[in-house]
Amino acid sequence: MRTWIEKQKALIDFTLSSLARRKLKNLGLLLVYTLIVFILASVMLFTHALRHEAAQVLKNSPEVILQRMVAGRHDLIPPGYLEKLGRIRGVQKKEGRLWGYYYDAVVKANYTLMVPAAGAFTAETITDGSIVIGAAMARARGLTPGNLISFRSYSGRLFSFTVADVLPHSAELVSADLILMSEADYRAFFDITAGYYTDIALSVANPQEVRNIAIKLAETLPDSRPILREEVLRTYESIFNWREGIVLVLLSAAILAFAIFAWDKASGLSAEEKREIGILKAIGWETGDVIKMKFWEGALISLTAFLLGYIAAYLHVFRFSSALFEPVLKGWAVLYPRFELTPVMDGFQVATLFFFTVFPYTVATIVPIWRAAITDPDAVMRG
Amino acid sequence: MLSRNSHRAFVFLGLFLTLFLLTFADAAVQRGGRIAALDENARLVARLGLTDLCLFTEARYTRHPSQADLHTAFQDHPIGLEHFPSGTLLPPPRNLASSYENLDRKTKSAD
Repeated sequence: MRTWIEKQKALIDFTLSSLARRKLKNLGLLLVYTLIVFILASVMLFTHALRHEAAQVLKNSPEVILQRMVAGRHDLIPPGYLEKLGRIRGVQKKEGRLWGYYYDAVVKANYTLMVPAAGAFTAETITDGSIVIGAAMARARGLTPGNLISFRSYSGRLFSFTVADVLPHSAELVSADLILMSEADYRAFFDITAGYYTDIALSVANPQEVRNIAIKLAETLPDSRPILREEVLRTYESIFNWREGIVLVLLSAAILAFAIFAWDKASGLSAEEKREIGILKAIGWETGDVIKMKFWEGALISLTAFLLGYIAAYLHVFRFSSALFEPVLKGWAVLYPRFELTPVMDGFQVATLFFFTVFPYTVATIVPIWRAAITDPDAVMRG
Repeated sequence: MLSRNSHRAFVFLGLFLTLFLLTFADAAVQRGGRIAALDENARLVARLGLTDLCLFTEARYTRHPSQADLHTAFQDHPIGLEHFPSGTLLPPPRNLASSYENLDRKTKSAD
């Protein structure tokens, strides 16, 4: 055993000296390799943590949301619609919700205006003329509790509100752009008469019944569209899915780059490398030793790249709030939540990343060497 | 001890491996510290009846993807395709993309 270890150590010594002879080329290779692992691991860690966060937070969203569709578009719930629903067995509570969007031309940002459900806030917090705002919105407009802010409504009238409170920074992922206001203010601001609602939220006592209730709703009100909580959760389960959107583009570009890289390695050796193998064989190295030496070369480079890339990705996502993704995620939006994701890693995903980055490279290094190592040293040296 | 290249390589790899394992330990510690904040966010979602994460505020169907309708990609006119950057990041909601559980399409009367 000891002899075997000593032999491997000697092989590693030789491999490292050989790598040091082509220092610039190998350092460049390590850098590119680390960068590929870093990008893949960052996307993987970010999306997994975000999906976990969404599942944890949105498990409390309304069981069923009922929208009304007119000509394929979401429309207001008219008066009498709630009553038309009648008494559906299993529905504990049905409540009309009021929420909508407002474009603030001053900072060119979109806000979500919302009337909180009865009892969601203490009566003295959101009175007529006062609002509670999200932290990103407060940041964008430089607001603190007690400040006054004016918005020009879509009808052209100017409305002034007092900021009663700012929602906590830790809740930015769900509330960055929110403006919570009283029902009277909301109706006056958007000029929506009493009895109209944006949609209806239903609470269902038994989770097994949700699907049946949704079918009943769709039958009772054919122009309605029920959105179940499980559908909301599923939407976020597939967010940044590797098969869809930019992740696929990113992934395919990285994999293609890696494939070209591995192909270049596998398709042939440089004249210098061939000469080196020829000399080694001529001075008495066996084919197995040459292959072992090249295995160590591939393993050391790929393992170092994997570990460095993964550690950098972890720090990027969980210690530096995925700062490099911000410009991509922000798009044209002005408001962007500042959030720290809870670090949740999927061991299987990490193992897959390890397998797909370390294994192919190591194999790609060994194969051409094996081809060269089994040929006659004289022929190899002559090229 | 560190006179040989192989020894130096082992030390570096050992260091990186320790850091790699430390990321899991750090994640466990951070998770413990964030339980309260996560619970608080879940309570806020329940209190306000929120349905979506506030990730993209530029378009209504990326601000509330779970509430988007089938025609949001053509919101401006019938051939007005998707043009917001976040639309390229976010796939359409599952309930619109998969037809097997689309409850509103199962109604007997036409929409």
